[in-house]
Amino acid sequence: MRRRSPWLWATALFAYAFLYVPLLIVVVYSFNDSRLNAEWVGFTLDWYRKLAADDDMLAAAGNSLLIAVTASAVSTVLGTMAGVAMHRYKLTVLPVLVLTPIAIPEILMGVSLLIFFVLLNFTLGLVSVALAHIAFCIGFVAIVVRARLAGMDETLTEAARDCGASPANAFRYVTLPLIMPGVIAGALMAFTLSIDDFVITFFTAGAGTVTLPLQIYSMIKIAVTPEVNAVSTLLMLLTLLLIVVAAKLSPTLLRSDRET
Amino acid sequence: MALLDIEGVTRRFGSFAAVDDVTLAVQAGEFFTLLGPSGCGKTTLLRMIAGFDLPDGGRILLNGEDLAGQPPESRPVRTVFQNYALFPHMTVEGNVAFPLQMARVSAGERPARIAAALEDVRLIGFERRYPHELSGGQKQRVAIARALVTHPTMLLLDEPLAALDAKLREELQIELINLQKEVGIAFVYVTHDQTEALALSHRIAVMNQGRVEQLDEPSKIYGFPRTKFVADFIGQCNLFSGPVTANDAGSVTLDVAGIGPVRVATAAPVAVGSPGTIALRPEKIRIAAGAPLDSPDNHYRGTVADLLYMGDVTVYRVQTSGGNRIEALLANSQSGRAKFFEVGDAVEMSWHVDAGHFIAE
Amino acid sequence: MAKRSVRMAKWVVSGPPLVYLLVFFAIPALIMVLASFRSPGEFGGLAPLVDEAGKLDINLDSYARFVTETVYLQVFIKSAWYAALTTLICLLLAYPLATLIAKSPRKYRDLLLLLVILPFWSNFLIRVYAWMIILGPNAALARLVNGALAWFGVEPVPLLFSAFAVLVCLVYVHLPFMVLPLYANLEKHDQALLDAAQDLGANGWQRFWRITFPLSLPGVYAGAALVFIPALGIFAIPDILGGPNDTLIGNLIKQQFLETRDWPFGSVLSIVLTVAALALAGIAAWVGRRGGGATARA
Repeated sequence: MRRRSPWLWATALFAYAFLYVPLLIVVVYSFNDSRLNAEWVGFTLDWYRKLAADDDMLAAAGNSLLIAVTASAVSTVLGTMAGVAMHRYKLTVLPVLVLTPIAIPEILMGVSLLIFFVLLNFTLGLVSVALAHIAFCIGFVAIVVRARLAGMDETLTEAARDCGASPANAFRYVTLPLIMPGVIAGALMAFTLSIDDFVITFFTAGAGTVTLPLQIYSMIKIAVTPEVNAVSTLLMLLTLLLIVVAAKLSPTLLRSDRET
Repeated sequence: MALLDIEGVTRRFGSFAAVDDVTLAVQAGEFFTLLGPSGCGKTTLLRMIAGFDLPDGGRILLNGEDLAGQPPESRPVRTVFQNYALFPHMTVEGNVAFPLQMARVSAGERPARIAAALEDVRLIGFERRYPHELSGGQKQRVAIARALVTHPTMLLLDEPLAALDAKLREELQIELINLQKEVGIAFVYVTHDQTEALALSHRIAVMNQGRVEQLDEPSKIYGFPRTKFVADFIGQCNLFSGPVTANDAGSVTLDVAGIGPVRVATAAPVAVGSPGTIALRPEKIRIAAGAPLDSPDNHYRGTVADLLYMGDVTVYRVQTSGGNRIEALLANSQSGRAKFFEVGDAVEMSWHVDAGHFIAE
Repeated sequence: MAKRSVRMAKWVVSGPPLVYLLVFFAIPALIMVLASFRSPGEFGGLAPLVDEAGKLDINLDSYARFVTETVYLQVFIKSAWYAALTTLICLLLAYPLATLIAKSPRKYRDLLLLLVILPFWSNFLIRVYAWMIILGPNAALARLVNGALAWFGVEPVPLLFSAFAVLVCLVYVHLPFMVLPLYANLEKHDQALLDAAQDLGANGWQRFWRITFPLSLPGVYAGAALVFIPALGIFAIPDILGGPNDTLIGNLIKQQFLETRDWPFGSVLSIVLTVAALALAGIAAWVGRRGGGATARA
């Protein structure tokens, strides 16, 4: 049945347009020589210049990057361990702890961590944000790693041990290389989630610490200028870059599985 | 002293005994096969020898040393898996080198040993290939090379040829026999294919429901099955069961329903009235249109009910006047005709008393 | 494989993530539950656990307030309404999109899917901000709509800071979550079933309604769960794009914790939201397990 209903095409195209036009508008207006994001006046790079000179924004970007690198590193390690443990052993508590943060609205984790840190007299700042990010990223990494493990041939681990490898060596030389695409995908996912996070950061950052999303938020609420468009465009470029990198890494590493 | 001693080994899963009090010994240098239908416990037993499972009872001794408490990686036993289990992210060379790497063999020594192993399985030149670039037969050879490269004390093979097609299987079977002779180490082979077991092994342990029914050389297993299960599992077999009606001077007579009295030569001291079975291979039955001239002790009339032309032989299923069925086999080669009899022909079947084998069951 | 070393390995591998999540997820959650039974502090936050008289500060005041002051329950219901509408609209938009992708030639599918997911990887706030621009009073859309309305003599309607803005953005942000599970389900459908139905006389609509849609239900449920539950607890979107009438439960919680600083009450609201979310997630999982076996391959 090669004919597709024109309605199908129309709605689908509308959906794609719906998804992309708003983002395109943001990008286009970042070059707009007008304070108001209303209509096109002329081309300019002024907003990008202002962005480069905006110390607050740069500091926020630096904070976001620092937190994202830390959070993705730690959550990748812990998440991989969780994924391996959930796949290999019959566990009751860990799966619940790993998966619930993903199932509930983010705001719940944000406020409960706020109470937690305050009660412990733990100063809210970069560290508290990083700790919070790690907590919700572990689940995503664990899911990706576990899915990768599920697709892996179990007898390979047995064969490794049969060949004289201790369980640690079997993991290091056989299992880990084969799940590496999943681990990397998880790491990239954690990094993106961390850079992107607004809600949990909002509650755990405290007064003095600003991350990029928080900075954008205050700019939106207080004084909107197309500088926001500029930083948004740059962020989108960064994300695109990360995805291209991930795609480049995956196919070569992807081939190593499922071909026994 | 035997190379491998399995003493009273039991493995239970809940109330189900996968391996039930099995005792056997494998000698150095022999090709030993565990044969049985799926679920008989042969693979479970193999895994316990390799160390992937622990017995609930009994001991496993290698060269007199109890293997209990030794994880798979420290046992001098290597396994060839049914699905090859080659590491997909390593080349053939990498796969074969892996056990050497784990055994801390120096990098300088490795190439020579890898080359020797690959030569044994005739895969020199394949070092740089990846597993997904190999055929099934080649993959299996790499698996064998990887298993043999550290000169293990014993090789375990878990239905290694099951995934290959018939022709390839036959080729590899012959290669395995030669390889085992060349390398000289004991092979413990698991299979459900009885023709394969008969062809490859020095000795076979036929297993059923966790127990060993018979442990013997192939010809003895075929010719003198000890239980009905073994007789039925190995090759085709007529089983004539019934109570013993007479036991005199080296032969026993059974009263078989639908056939009548059947005599078999045996020294077994069975009492009259006790149950017995005669196992008779189809090829041992003479089948003719008229009565046999030398009046053997066993001859019966019947009608051909079915026949199966199989190219080299034809199987005839003959229905006796009493309603029982006897299966006979005739080779077609010398006749010049496709078959001797048609469905519905009246035939006479006969055999001597020592053609069958008595089983006290 | 000695049984003891297996047990040890289990703890070595599962230990660290377990401990981390216990400390930074389970314990904070427990603390929040406990906080709901305490009194608010004088300057916000929580009152001391043991007051001057040595008495333990445990009460049900905050819960009582939630139950008696019905406005809060109304906010919950409003949030559920928004979430339900979002889910429905997402379903109506996502279904054709997922169908189109599922029916496309195999080599295009990955690309088409990627195109759906890509916007999701842009910063959440950017996506909200984009709608601020589009629905802004001076932007083309607003002027178009209001110009048309003025033609009919109707007062200009603000598109921004309204329920409409909140809804549009909610749909925008959650659409990919509805597309993916639907696609995963539709992709497995066997065209042969539809051909057989057509052969038996069913027209296009009947084929869809009697065959395709029922078989796609597991995907619909999964997508609905992935949209409804997060949408229930959303606060940034109404905060940025909503008007004073668009306070949802997420906004309330934020207010209680950061502005009013009545933490016990905020905890009560959070707990009610958590229970609702977990209950819905549980139902979705149960439905998914029951109907999950019904793939299209007969």
